[in-house]
Amino acid sequence: MIDSATPPPDDRPDDRPHEPAHPVDAAHPVDAVGISAARPGAAQPGALADGEWHRLHPATPLLRGGIALIAIAGVLVTNLRDRIVESFTGFGDRDPLDLLIDNGWLIPGLAIAVAIIVVFVLGFYLSWRMHEFRVTDEVVEVRSGILFRTNRKARLDRIQGINIVRAFIPRIFGAARLEVSVAGQDANVRLDYLGSAAADTLRRDILQLASGAKRSDAVTGGGKSNVLEQRVDEFLAPELDPSEAPPESVVRIPPARLFLSIVLSGPTLVLILVLGIGIPLLSVSGDWYLLFGAIPALIGMASFTVRRFTKSLRYSIAGTPNGVRIGFGLLSTSNETLPPGRIHALDVSQPPLWRPFGWWQVRINRASTSSASSAGVAAATTILPVGDRQDVERVLGLVLPDLVRTAAAEAVRIGMLGTGDDGFVGSPRRARALHPLSWRRNGFIFTDTALLLRAGRIWRTLTIVPEARLQSVSLSQGPLGRALNIATVHAHTVAGPITARVGALETATAVQLFGDVGAVAVATGRSDTSHRWNAAL
Amino acid sequence: MTDDNETVSRIELSEVQWQRVSPKLIVVEVAGSVMMALITLAAALAAFFLGFGIPALVLAALFLMSVISAALVPRRVKAYGYQLREDDLVFRRGLLAQRIVSVPYGRMQLIDITRGPIARLVGLSDLKFVTAAASTGVAIPGLPEEAAVELRDRLVDLAESRRVGL
Repeated sequence: MIDSATPPPDDRPDDRPHEPAHPVDAAHPVDAVGISAARPGAAQPGALADGEWHRLHPATPLLRGGIALIAIAGVLVTNLRDRIVESFTGFGDRDPLDLLIDNGWLIPGLAIAVAIIVVFVLGFYLSWRMHEFRVTDEVVEVRSGILFRTNRKARLDRIQGINIVRAFIPRIFGAARLEVSVAGQDANVRLDYLGSAAADTLRRDILQLASGAKRSDAVTGGGKSNVLEQRVDEFLAPELDPSEAPPESVVRIPPARLFLSIVLSGPTLVLILVLGIGIPLLSVSGDWYLLFGAIPALIGMASFTVRRFTKSLRYSIAGTPNGVRIGFGLLSTSNETLPPGRIHALDVSQPPLWRPFGWWQVRINRASTSSASSAGVAAATTILPVGDRQDVERVLGLVLPDLVRTAAAEAVRIGMLGTGDDGFVGSPRRARALHPLSWRRNGFIFTDTALLLRAGRIWRTLTIVPEARLQSVSLSQGPLGRALNIATVHAHTVAGPITARVGALETATAVQLFGDVGAVAVATGRSDTSHRWNAAL
Repeated sequence: MTDDNETVSRIELSEVQWQRVSPKLIVVEVAGSVMMALITLAAALAAFFLGFGIPALVLAALFLMSVISAALVPRRVKAYGYQLREDDLVFRRGLLAQRIVSVPYGRMQLIDITRGPIARLVGLSDLKFVTAAASTGVAIPGLPEEAAVELRDRLVDLAESRRVGL
């Protein structure tokens, strides 16, 4: 284990040709993103987004393959130990290691092992050398691979969000993964790993370029001289750059509230229902041993709760000049900046057990799928895990400022709490047959920027679709709907957890809404400039 | 679902002149339904004679359903309609479950033309309009080949002139 893990750091100093001897080496075509936080060059604005090719953090291979290496080494060591124990007890007749020793092949064997390690290290080194990225005014481009070269470009005006993930182990070493999400499945450009501070600077620069505004030459304050101090700061801060965003989160979630909210969410409800039905049944039949069957479910539930809890800890949300920054995570952290106009649908919902506390959850549909969930942080579609009504309003104010600026702010409040006859165009009375509880609450409001859909008496939800993001709209009616003279309107957005559909509307109303939404979607789509959100400035 | 009820509660857009798809589509769809019916019938009979009672019943029900579906094909084909409006494409389909979709041209991501084996025999193509939303689901079946190609080029031109972001 130690053998295989040490060589990369060992060969780094002498094999790295572009290690800058002095802080900034701007003339050099390719420079590595330094691991040393004390080197101010890496944090200089524009240093990485200058249109030239750059390399990743030198420790990248180790950080990427580190866990696999440790695992393999662990297996080897375990096996060897077993073999050694066996050979001492005399059971190792056919043991390969014994064979080696007996035949005097020990030296060649070790040489082969060393050669394999050297090949691996060389491979890692080469892959690091060949893995380069550049940021121009139009694209973010990455090329990598030794034998099979890959080259990936992301157009800046199609960026859906930039995520900085700091998994636990890289985070200790002050490294971070920068992920540029563009629309599409598995279409993300990943830069892993960069120095922690460099990643923050690079994100700011990319967003600035993408916004259509001119390249900014603003200089941030000089780095701290004390490496340890800086590392500690990096470890603790949700975002390093206080000039970029207010360090205070707009919404704070007390851990106790977070925990309780997870305990009281959907899956728990199912478990309570199952036990509530199961235990009386068992007490009648007397088959108590069946209760053991529930134990795996309970364990699963507990681990789910704990995982979700740790993933959502230290939630933060704040506005930056180039979008909303949402951060999550305790040990592994992720914080993502969503530029304006990247939210395709949003829903505010309240599981039944949250109602006494007045808690809500906010989720979004977005065009990109992030792999952030694999790094032990919350799903990228939940932008507020739990919060009260004020929190929801603050979050909406950040992510959909247009909506809150208009009269729709009141509509949002009614949409969350209202029960009917309050400005939302609702269902006719005869829709009770289909929605016995929620027919009053079911309804929509259509403003010139967004479509608000309200549903659910027990599980309250309010769905908001910004008109400019609407892909298409459909009007549908089944045989039952025809009998009741009601129809459904479905606003199609990119795939995600939210379906923007309002059913059980008066047919004439639905036809009207269908026409209006279609017309406004065309108009707002045409006047929308959010792909270059700051171009006018 | 009587006729007078239909006039009251059917969803219909007043100002749209629906373009119908080719009546030859009936042949294609009937062929599909008949094939399905024959397969289920054969399976049902086989199951019956081999003594599997319940599977035979299920298959027989499937057979009945495909026969009914074959009988409804002419009406279903007539229910397909589309129109290129000023800024969007409207498309409707469905008899029992009716659905009308409106897609702004600017939202087009790509257009697919596909041809099944039977459709190819009678010279028909399907045209699929794909947006960033998976649920859009605009697939116009039964277009004569030249019409499909022409419509595709027209739609691409329209989308190009009204290009919007995502």
